[in-house]
Amino acid sequence: MTADYSADEMMTVAAARQLRDGTACFVGIGLPSTAANLARVTHAPNLVLIYESGCLGAKPDRLPLSIGDGVLADTADAVVSVPEVFNYWLQPGRIDVGFLGAAQLDRYGNINTTVIGGDYTDPKVRLPGAGGAPEIAASCGEVVVIVRQSLRTFIDRVDFVTSLGYGAGPGDRARLGLRGGGPKTVITDLGVLEADPVSCELTLTRLHPGVTVDQVRAATGWPLAVADELATNEPPTADELAILRALEATKQAVPS
Amino acid sequence: MAKLVSLADGVAELVRDGDTVALEGFTHLIPFAAGHEIIRQRRRELTLVRMTPDVIYDQLIGAGCARRLVFSWGGNPGVGSLHRFRDAVQNSWPVPLELEEHSHAGMANRYVAGASGLPFAVLRGYTGTDLPRHTTNIRPIDCPFTGETLTAVPALRPDVTVVHAQRADRAGNVQMWGITGVQKEAVLAAERSLVTVEEIVDELDPVPGQVILPGWAVTAVAHVPDGAHPSYTQGYSVRDNDFYRAWDAISRERASFQDWIARHVLDAEVPA
Repeated sequence: MTADYSADEMMTVAAARQLRDGTACFVGIGLPSTAANLARVTHAPNLVLIYESGCLGAKPDRLPLSIGDGVLADTADAVVSVPEVFNYWLQPGRIDVGFLGAAQLDRYGNINTTVIGGDYTDPKVRLPGAGGAPEIAASCGEVVVIVRQSLRTFIDRVDFVTSLGYGAGPGDRARLGLRGGGPKTVITDLGVLEADPVSCELTLTRLHPGVTVDQVRAATGWPLAVADELATNEPPTADELAILRALEATKQAVPS
Repeated sequence: MAKLVSLADGVAELVRDGDTVALEGFTHLIPFAAGHEIIRQRRRELTLVRMTPDVIYDQLIGAGCARRLVFSWGGNPGVGSLHRFRDAVQNSWPVPLELEEHSHAGMANRYVAGASGLPFAVLRGYTGTDLPRHTTNIRPIDCPFTGETLTAVPALRPDVTVVHAQRADRAGNVQMWGITGVQKEAVLAAERSLVTVEEIVDELDPVPGQVILPGWAVTAVAHVPDGAHPSYTQGYSVRDNDFYRAWDAISRERASFQDWIARHVLDAEVPA
C-alpha cells in the first residue's frame, strides 16, 4: 500500500531515518527539529536531543515552535545555561550530529544564512544570521543538512559563508583545525546527497521515489556529481506519515 | 541591595540615550514590558545588544530607538524574518542601523568575559566563516601553551542589562528558573541592571534548577506581572505563539507597525 505524501514529508522522513538511535544530536529549529522528533518517536527512542537554549535530552510530546519552548525545559534531562551548552557540550566534541537548515548551500556544503545579493552592508535580502550554526558545523562529529532543493538554494558560490562545510575542497577543514567531520549528508525534497570521501563534493546518492536525476540536476546550480549506483529511498510508511502528521498538528495547537 | 522601583522609574533612571543596552532572555523570560517602556520613554541612539534580537528588538528598532545592533541571530523564532530589522538594514528606516554580528557561542563567551572582569574571551569559533571579515571584533589568538590558533572576542560590558525573572524578595534578591539563557552573565557584565519580576515575595522558596542573583549584584527590581508577554515565564504563563505568528503581518508594513506601536505601546495604560 502506498500512501499519498508530499515532497516535504518525504524529506522529513528521510532526514529522521538518517539519525541513529543512541546518538546525541544538536537540533536547529524548523525542519531539523521536526525530523529529530520524528526519529525519536519512531526508530530512535534513545536519541538525545540538544537545543541551544540549554536543554539537554529534551523529550517533547509536541513540536516546539521555538528552541526555547517550555516543553523542552520540562522534559529535558538537564537544563544548562547558554554559555555552558556551547562551551562544555558543543565545543569539546561531545555531540555526534549537528542538524542544520540552510538558505544557500554550495557543492562543498558551505552554508549561508546571513545575506543574499548585494554586499554585506547593503544586501538584497538580510537573513537572520549565524545563531549557533558556525560552531555546530565546526564541532559536531558530523553535520546533516535538511533543505529544499532549488536553483535559489543550491548555488555555485554562496554569497556569505556563515557555517563552513568543506571550504574550497579536500584538506580545508584539517588545515583550519576544525575537529568535526563536516556536512556528510544533505537531505532535500528530491533526494539525498553525500559528501564524496575523496573530493568532498556533495554527490547525489539517493533519489526519492518518482524523482529523476534530470530533475535534481535542474534544481542544482553547479554540475552535479551523481553516484554510479543510485539508490531510491523507501516511501514513508503509513506509521511514519501518521506520526509526522500528528506531530505537525501539535505545532498548530495552543500549548496548555 | 537592589532598589524596588516602578518600571517607569527604573527605565527613566537606568536607561539613557546613547547607552549600550542588553535585554536578554532566550525565548523564555524576554523582558517585553521593559522594552515597551524604553519605547514609551523615547530613548534614542541606543546600542542594542542581544543574542537573539527577535520581536522585542524588531519593535525597538522600528520605533527608532537603536543606532547599532550587536547580535548573533535576528529572526522571529519559528515564524520567519523580522521585517522592521530588515527595513532598517536594507532601507535605513526609520534610521540607519549599524550591525556587529557574531555567533551564539561568541556572544555567550563575550558576556562570560564581561561577567568575569576579563578583557576578552577565547573559544573555538568562527573558523573558516566570513564573519571575521566583517566583524573586526573577531580576531585570531595563539595559545601561549600549545601554539594552537583560537579565536578571541572582546568582553561585552553593557551600560545596563534588563532581564525578566519569576520572583524577587523585598531585599531585591532575584530568583529565576527554567531556561535561564545568558541572563546571569549579562547582568554581572553590566554597569547597571534592571530586573522585572512576576512577583515580589517575603521568602524565596528554593526551586530546582534555580539561578539566584543576589540583591547586592542588581541595581533595581520592578514588579511587572506578565512582563515577558508574548514570551513566557515558566510557572506563570505560556508562550503566546499566536502573537509571534501575528507579528509577521503587523510588522510587514511601516503603517501597520506604527499603528500597533501607537495603540499597544505608546498609548497603553501603564500600571504605576
